[in-house]
Amino acid sequence: MRAQKPLPRWVDIALMPALNVALAFVVGGLAVAAVGEDPFRAMQVLIFGAFGYGEGWGFTLHFATSFVFTGLAVAVAYHAGLFNIGGEGQAYVAGLGAIMVALWLDQTHWVFVLVGSTLAAMTFGAIWAMIPGYLQAKRGSHIVITTIMFNFIASAFMSYMLAQVITRPGANAETETIAETGRLPLLSEYFSAFTYSPLNITFFIGILALIFVYVLIWRTKLGYQIRTLGANPEAARYAGISAVAIIIIVMAISGALAGLMAVNEAVGVQKRLGVGYVQGFGFVGIAVAFMGRAHPIGIALAALLFGALYQGGQELAFVMPSVSSDLVVVIQALVILFTGAMSEMFKPVLLRLFNRGNGEPEPAGD
Amino acid sequence: MGQDSELAIDLRGVSKAFGPVQANKNIFMPIRRNSIHGIVGENGAGKSTLMSILYGFYHADSGEIFVNGTKVQIKDSSHALELGIGMVHQHFMLVDNFTVLENIILGAEGGFLLAKSLKAARSEMERLARDYGLEVDPDALVEDLSVGQQQRVEILKALYRGAEVLILDEPTGVLTPTEADHLFKIFEQLHAQGKTIILITHKLREIMAITDSVSVMRRGEIVTTLKTSETSPDNLAELMVGRRVEMDAQKTSGDPQKKVLEVKGLSVTDELGVPRVKNVSFDVRAGEIVGIAGVAGNGQSQLLEVISGMTEPLLGEIWINGKRVEFEGAKTAAKMRHLGLAHVPEDRLKTGLVAQFEEWENSILGYSEEPKYGAGQILSHKAAREEADQRIEKFDIRPPNCRLKTANFSGGNQQKIVLAREMDRELDVLIVGQPTRGVDIGAIEFIHKQIIAMRDAGKAVLLVSVELDEIRALSDRVLVMFDGKIVTELTPEASEREFGLSMAGVDPHEEESTPVATGKVSAGAKEGVR
Repeated sequence: MRAQKPLPRWVDIALMPALNVALAFVVGGLAVAAVGEDPFRAMQVLIFGAFGYGEGWGFTLHFATSFVFTGLAVAVAYHAGLFNIGGEGQAYVAGLGAIMVALWLDQTHWVFVLVGSTLAAMTFGAIWAMIPGYLQAKRGSHIVITTIMFNFIASAFMSYMLAQVITRPGANAETETIAETGRLPLLSEYFSAFTYSPLNITFFIGILALIFVYVLIWRTKLGYQIRTLGANPEAARYAGISAVAIIIIVMAISGALAGLMAVNEAVGVQKRLGVGYVQGFGFVGIAVAFMGRAHPIGIALAALLFGALYQGGQELAFVMPSVSSDLVVVIQALVILFTGAMSEMFKPVLLRLFNRGNGEPEPAGD
Repeated sequence: MGQDSELAIDLRGVSKAFGPVQANKNIFMPIRRNSIHGIVGENGAGKSTLMSILYGFYHADSGEIFVNGTKVQIKDSSHALELGIGMVHQHFMLVDNFTVLENIILGAEGGFLLAKSLKAARSEMERLARDYGLEVDPDALVEDLSVGQQQRVEILKALYRGAEVLILDEPTGVLTPTEADHLFKIFEQLHAQGKTIILITHKLREIMAITDSVSVMRRGEIVTTLKTSETSPDNLAELMVGRRVEMDAQKTSGDPQKKVLEVKGLSVTDELGVPRVKNVSFDVRAGEIVGIAGVAGNGQSQLLEVISGMTEPLLGEIWINGKRVEFEGAKTAAKMRHLGLAHVPEDRLKTGLVAQFEEWENSILGYSEEPKYGAGQILSHKAAREEADQRIEKFDIRPPNCRLKTANFSGGNQQKIVLAREMDRELDVLIVGQPTRGVDIGAIEFIHKQIIAMRDAGKAVLLVSVELDEIRALSDRVLVMFDGKIVTELTPEASEREFGLSMAGVDPHEEESTPVATGKVSAGAKEGVR
């Protein structure tokens, strides 16, 4: 019917996400009020916990680093028109590669551990994502279905590996711990303000990943082909772009990015691999990518928000005992709900608002 | 007041704006009862908006509408129908897997049980078919009907709902000349029975042939309303565009050289395994334009797709410059470009462009791998934009801004983006599908000149169009396709009758006396109509 003028860019990338977050906090505030606490104080605690002091910042940035990886994974696939919701499984399987190399090299120097485990994590994540990519490209199995199923397969496979194959004797399904010589340096070693936070050298890999994705998508010919395929598959066919090749390559890149989370979390902080170490960060990556409009700058900001939410939420549960950690999860879920799943909720209203003064005619139908 | 008014419809000062754009400006349009009134104008002149106001899709910002002398506020399309205004859309609004009868009562079922209304509708439909010459089998499934017959169902639908005024939006765009003639006979019947017809079209010959009066629209305004007998096609074209237009492409005779494109025994099936192109062979020489005429959906689209390397043929070969092309899956389209073949696809927005891309990004579509756009994997925005800017100037693309989103260009300018990309390079073969579909008259003139210039520069040009006038104006030779086969080859000067016959599948050279079944179009004909 009537073609409407698209929203101004600043509304799309700034105002709308802000409204969504605000709404999430209003509803979350109601939940806090329902358990008899002051929502404004809860908000204060949450924000202070995330940004109020050095250690809080450290935790926030550490979580954000993981979200950058899983968010970029979703975004890269999205540019090719693929909805990769298998980041969870890809990060999990990547943990296997990362930890094996880390344990193998941990008597040398952390630089070798960093480089080796990064390459291994990317390779394992890429392979795990390429299988659904191949199935979509060659067999037409829908990538959403296969990536979900591969999350379950990853979970079962990793449980088996951790319990039976690379397990530490006597432990409950986890690997050996990386030796002191091979541990990645924490940033608190250089910046004392971060005190006991787990923020580590992987943070810089996160920044490199953001730059890499920007260059890939907007500054390379491959990125051009990826965007063409994602925006108009028929035009890609016309241009002689092989959808099969692009889908497989993009899924490999996507899986590799998701896999980097293993370096940050498993190698960098836990220093071993345990069952279920991904803790849903792969799924949060979906919300991060959508909130960030699949652009590295947006993803960096969205990842920071979710990092703050995770860190501030832990602080909140600690400071206000009646706000249980479950309620914190509820608030996090609300933010995901409003910014991810329902991110377009305000769009019709805003469109009407912005079209009132400066609409555009529908193109004549002849 | 009331029924004794001479005017079926009277628009007085109707205006409609979409934001800053004035789609209709102070429109006065009296339409006499029992007349056939034409409305002509370029794309975006506001014809469709005006009719949408009359049919209740939009509400006018100001102005008055009188129906049979009574002032009305048309709330929505069902209200328009109550007032006796029916519309036959350019794109049919039919349920394909329903029967004709079911489609006709759709939305006017009148009661809980279907059987009763179906019975009543059947007798009513028989009466209408008799009165107006609208023969259609009521029990046929719509998907089994030809396009011409589907259009009759649309007209029946409107009449069944008691329409006294019928609005038809580009009704002949999808018809063979024979079917169009039949439609005009139906118009005469409707006219004889006292109905009023409003015909929106861009084909000036139709206006001249059947209307009593005609309104010319330009940029949302009525330029003039004339008695058809007092005007001419040249005059109308000038009024539409606002300046003199060369109606006929100025073209000297060609000078065909060696064979550049050869198609040998080509057969193509679609995804469902239905044969679309059947054993087609022809060649195109350097310095000539070969036109492929035919009603939409007779295999032209599939033929273009195979020659451009987008799909693989079932059988047959394609030779370019004396070399046989090996098909290698999705990369074949890119390979064809290396071999010197440029392709302007039939549907620019679906195939030829990425609407969300900025103009310069579409200016490299299909050629992004070329080293001039950056070494290796690097995409040089600068190189691509500089080239895009040059093309914008050369092809007069407006607005001249390569950073603008492609969706924000008009149809004619979008088409120029595609043409500029495909023509502004080294090439030997140019294949062009529907070069002026949805393009305004001013741009048509420009595009035709460009195509002829390509020929004169010694390129082999293959032109596919459902606009017969276009084919005849541009081609040196014409091949007519019907049901996936090439029926015959004609000269562009061949008679209207010869084209009509061959587009319906009869070779006029062989079967001079065989009558043509009207409306009988191949099963594939419906598919091609979007």
